[in-house]
Amino acid sequence: MSGYIEQIRHVCSLGALQSVLAIERAVPILHSGPGCGQKLWGAIGFQNGCQGSGYAGGHTVPCTNIGEKEVIFGGDERLRGIVQNAFNVLDADLFVILTGCTSDIVGDDVGEVARRFQEKGKPIVYAETGGFKGTNLFGHELVLDAIIDQYLRPAEAKQAGLVNIWSVVPFHDPFWVGTYRAIERLITELGLTPNIIFGPGHGIDALNKVPQAQFNLLVSPWVGLKNVQHLEEKFGTPYLHYPVLPIGPTETAKFLRSVGTYAGLEPKRIEKVIAKHEADYYYFIERSADVLLETRLLPRRFITIADSFYNLGIAKFLINDIGLLPETQYITDGVAEEQQAGITAEFQNFVDGITANVVFTSDGGAVHEAIRATKFRSRPLILGSSWERVLSEQVNGYQLSVTMPASDRLVLDRTYVGYEGALRLVEDIYSIILADFQ
Amino acid sequence: MAINLNNSEAPIRENRLGSVTGYQGSIKDLVNQAASCSLKNKERCFSQASACSSGCAQSYLSRIVDAALVVHAPAGCAADSVYSNTQNKWGEKVRNWQHRNISVITTNMIEEDTVFGAVNKLKETIREAYRRLNPKAIFVTASCVSGIIGEDIQSVLDELQEEIPVPLAPVFCEGFKSKVWASGFDAAFHAILTKIVKPPQKKTNKVNMINFSGSARNQIVETLGRFGLEPVFVAPYSTVEQLSQMSEAVATISICGTLGSYIGNGLEQQFGVPYVKTLQPHGIAGMDSWLRGLGVTVGKEQEVEAYIREQKELIAADLAEIREKLSGYKAVVGMGPSFGHNYIRTLQELGIEVIWGATWHFDPQYDNGEAPASIQNLAAADTDIPLSVGDQQNFELLNLLNRLKPDLYVARHGGSTVWATKLGIPSVMIADEYSAFGYQGLIDFGYRLLDAVTNRSLAKNLSKRIKLPYTAWWLEQDTFTFLEDEVI
Repeated sequence: MSGYIEQIRHVCSLGALQSVLAIERAVPILHSGPGCGQKLWGAIGFQNGCQGSGYAGGHTVPCTNIGEKEVIFGGDERLRGIVQNAFNVLDADLFVILTGCTSDIVGDDVGEVARRFQEKGKPIVYAETGGFKGTNLFGHELVLDAIIDQYLRPAEAKQAGLVNIWSVVPFHDPFWVGTYRAIERLITELGLTPNIIFGPGHGIDALNKVPQAQFNLLVSPWVGLKNVQHLEEKFGTPYLHYPVLPIGPTETAKFLRSVGTYAGLEPKRIEKVIAKHEADYYYFIERSADVLLETRLLPRRFITIADSFYNLGIAKFLINDIGLLPETQYITDGVAEEQQAGITAEFQNFVDGITANVVFTSDGGAVHEAIRATKFRSRPLILGSSWERVLSEQVNGYQLSVTMPASDRLVLDRTYVGYEGALRLVEDIYSIILADFQ
Repeated sequence: MAINLNNSEAPIRENRLGSVTGYQGSIKDLVNQAASCSLKNKERCFSQASACSSGCAQSYLSRIVDAALVVHAPAGCAADSVYSNTQNKWGEKVRNWQHRNISVITTNMIEEDTVFGAVNKLKETIREAYRRLNPKAIFVTASCVSGIIGEDIQSVLDELQEEIPVPLAPVFCEGFKSKVWASGFDAAFHAILTKIVKPPQKKTNKVNMINFSGSARNQIVETLGRFGLEPVFVAPYSTVEQLSQMSEAVATISICGTLGSYIGNGLEQQFGVPYVKTLQPHGIAGMDSWLRGLGVTVGKEQEVEAYIREQKELIAADLAEIREKLSGYKAVVGMGPSFGHNYIRTLQELGIEVIWGATWHFDPQYDNGEAPASIQNLAAADTDIPLSVGDQQNFELLNLLNRLKPDLYVARHGGSTVWATKLGIPSVMIADEYSAFGYQGLIDFGYRLLDAVTNRSLAKNLSKRIKLPYTAWWLEQDTFTFLEDEVI
């Protein structure tokens, strides 16, 4: 992941400013160059499902706009002034100082600046997210760890049935709002009480409840594992790590059974939820099966070029539920080497002994070269980003943007997760196929 | 100050032109201060994320059709390539071209690179860019990290130039160096001037048309064709070969004074290609001035006058009608300085009263040593207009708009109009540089504004239901509370 990258599919650690904005009434303060914010929210926000500024994003984000003076003389003083005035000017519940490359190289003592305000009881934390440290998914973990360390306080008592949900990375996943809501609904149907810090209607109250949870539920191939382990160390909260984003009936049922069993729920209750959803799901699939099966346009093979969440989640659905076959799957979110084996193993485990070849790379240019050199025996379905629109024309495929950057889509509350989410994915894929020749 | 092509770097605008990003006053006062060399920049002790030179340089260069761009930086500095790719497709659509992905590759610097340097990685990336993308030139942009750790990009390129047979051009656009992001355009044009443009072999009838996406391409081809001229649209959507021949053109014209200053004056000073330094071609006075400037340069004054007469006759009735419909409306303008000044004039031509102008920076002079024609034109008018300069600081703009409550907010640059809309003010974003282009463009633009004030439901509904992120305290303060003298 440290080599050159053509066609970026993630940004740098500082991109975690968007994770802060995903917490209602939380505001990032950038201690960075003047252009960092605009570039980052442009890529994982505006150009990714058209996710705009919202309450305090975009050009509202406070920033020290580091110039030559701060590079030479240090930027602590400027940061202190900007933070002080941010408290006066902006109406927020939590501020998170995020550093860029410049500050981290120059060696500003940002921790000291933050501590001065913390001592005065101000709701502020800091994270050193210089872009050279890693991806925005890694930065997302840094921000959550900073909040866990510097903001959260131990709970007086645990609340039975309260489950914190950690999953996709806000904004990086253009479907994050819908996805958190879908998981929230499923957990509620099991009879548990979900607690999510991201998205509308949650905010600081949800954040304050995190230490009270009975357990943490991580629905993610790797992102956030560090955080739930941290929460276990700090608050003694156990966690369940479910590595697959559950899309479609097979995986969602498995997910519900895993969570229900972990929470000690009665199997009957879990099965009732599953049965109700499966009946509904198969009503629609039965009704559309004529078109899915009898059209000569049905793609048989699919390629996914996406982050590990969507790569794995979509592969499980399209193979286990819809009957498609995988070409090579390209995972683009800079998965650390030690995490790759676990993810690869999931791709060896589909129905009927089907397996998929997996390549980990952030370099989209190399992926495109490999795909152009592949011999396809039918029109491939390409699930990726808007970078693949050109590729799809070149290899005569069908293309759907499901991952960053999805600049060709407006995404509001759509999600592909769960039962209804899977129906949306089927709608989107086959609408593209039907529209292609009409 | 003359442009010096012997240096590998273009000096930033603050140093070269005395440009500022902090000012509050009026158009006449600003021009007086600039003329008497008493203009001093102001700083802010609160600020919001703005934009940087590398964004401007990269988005501009990455749309040259057969060049590659190597970004020597951590991955995030190439994040703007996503936006540039979308933009590029818009320009391709305008031209009915097949889509391609732009050729941008980043060295993806990581932590150990900041300690040990990444010169080898840069070499490897440039070689791969050449192999993979088969470009006719490779631009290599610097970043804050490469600048601070002192990467010697120039030496790497000199060394690689012996094995790679296409121009390798360094672009010094480190984000921390300038508060004026337009310095990035200068860095890009400096690279083009020093590494791509060749001395003229012959003189042609071509005109360098400096612009962005070029949506009015067909119209300009037709108009210039009447004067026996052929436009070459620079730099996006041109080829490296076309850029290399810019020295052979009969003139250079620009859609934006901010954008065109460095390349226009550079070509004039270095190769004797005259640069038309008039108003920009927005609205009637702008188009008159621009075409006449070109006409004088190429000796086609009569043809130009005939064209102007003809076009004005064509729109006369429509203009009277739209002026009547728009007269009485009050507007605030928020844009880069060239667009800002030119659109203030353009809105006035439509009968709209401009009650405030906010520009993202101000150049007291261009690279020919003279103040921009657009601000001189405004300063010569009877009425003075309040004006402020800030690097798109939304907290000031929101405070200002909340106080002024105009009927319309007209802005360029993303991330500005949405906030005015949240205040309930209908807003128009000028995404296309050819909005209000010339005579018919003015009429079309007028109707666009009329549409914006005719149905205000989105602005009204949104403003009723959302809460602004600013404290009540801030909205009650003087807009320029945080503007203070620069501490050097």
